[in-house]
Amino acid sequence: MTPFNRNFGQGGTRKAISPDMNWRELTKAGNIYEPGNSASYETGDWRTIRPVWNKDRCIHCLICWRYCPDASIISTDGKFDSFDYKHCKGCGICAKVCPVHAIDMFSEDEIDRQEEASKNEK
Amino acid sequence: MATLKELAKVEERFVGGHRLCAGCGHGISVRMVLNAAEDANVVVGCATGCLEVASTIYPYTAWNCSFIHSAFENAGATISGVEAAYKSLKKQGKIDKDFKFVAFGGDGGTYDIGFQSLSGAMERGHNIVYVCLDNEAYMNTGIQRSSATPMGADTTTSPAGKVVPGKQQPRKDLTAIMAAHNIPYAAQTAISNWQDVHRKAKKAFDVEGPAFINILSPCPRGWRYNTPDIVELVKKAVETRFWPMYEVENGKWKLNYKPKKYVPIEEFLKPQGRFRHLFAPGNEHVIKAIQKEVDERWLALLERCGETPELPPK
Repeated sequence: MTPFNRNFGQGGTRKAISPDMNWRELTKAGNIYEPGNSASYETGDWRTIRPVWNKDRCIHCLICWRYCPDASIISTDGKFDSFDYKHCKGCGICAKVCPVHAIDMFSEDEIDRQEEASKNEK
Repeated sequence: MATLKELAKVEERFVGGHRLCAGCGHGISVRMVLNAAEDANVVVGCATGCLEVASTIYPYTAWNCSFIHSAFENAGATISGVEAAYKSLKKQGKIDKDFKFVAFGGDGGTYDIGFQSLSGAMERGHNIVYVCLDNEAYMNTGIQRSSATPMGADTTTSPAGKVVPGKQQPRKDLTAIMAAHNIPYAAQTAISNWQDVHRKAKKAFDVEGPAFINILSPCPRGWRYNTPDIVELVKKAVETRFWPMYEVENGKWKLNYKPKKYVPIEEFLKPQGRFRHLFAPGNEHVIKAIQKEVDERWLALLERCGETPELPPK
């Protein structure tokens, strides 16, 4: 017998939790076995203003990465790569802390309207 | 000191998709503290509060590491239990990896409700780090006053009206109380200076025995300021000496930042909606009382740190 069951009674099978599940199928004590799975929950639709990166001005200091509460600034090899628009809530902190003003905030409505207009032109 | 370029390569332990408000100070503070653990295995414990309810909504978790939550009042006891169990298992040879233990609590779960459990954990000398994310009220349940709420603040249980101008009592100085436990490391810091947060978090993780860090973590809803201005606001809190940055290492007090100029407390109060009533005619005496409180605490702190107790030049 093992000293303690690491699954705490869950056994070998772990099904993904879905809204149509029966309460008996849920994990015991509400345990969650997959670390960081909130990444699959998208909070990007909360956003009313959108940060847009100005590539030419950026000096890749990554201060925006440091001050993002949602870990929504993706950096690769110590350089700014892109925004994670699936999780960015549009708080505007990155644009404010940027020392060279390389991030501009645009209204989501405005962007939507422009996209629609360009679609209609075609 | 590691540069941001190097730190950005450390694995993210608090991922996106959590439901903290846009621009919440907690997200920034937690990411900074956990980033300082670098490659270590981390176990996080949480007191009930904004951070816990927003990051672990079933069946999602924003924690990319082990996480435990038990109740509001026992974050200190929970994390010390985890640490004690780990120590025992390690002794029996059932775990070979090394772990670091960190607990996060809001000011309600640290200053008030979780205080006895935290005090006990510190006294027993567990090898843990306790981080208090101080947003100065019970924000999760709708902005009720806590013992961390500053004097004059308008909250739902200390509402500002015609007779009473907000909270009547000054705030509790928790970092000093924690330092009085004679723990190896206690510090107070603010996110406006990320180097300071990183250095203190790293030190707290490295130190053998209990460590305590108090971080000022603004709440856009409760403080009612313009959300993107968070860093500027925290900077003002430090410049006005409302939130001094200091550390206490093995009983030795050290001041980390000394403002060069005397900045009146109004600079910090003005951008916040919770202090708006103080600027109405007839409430000048409250601002004066806050200023007096801040100055007195600053002088006492300077004395403790072994510096000449004098206010910065005007």
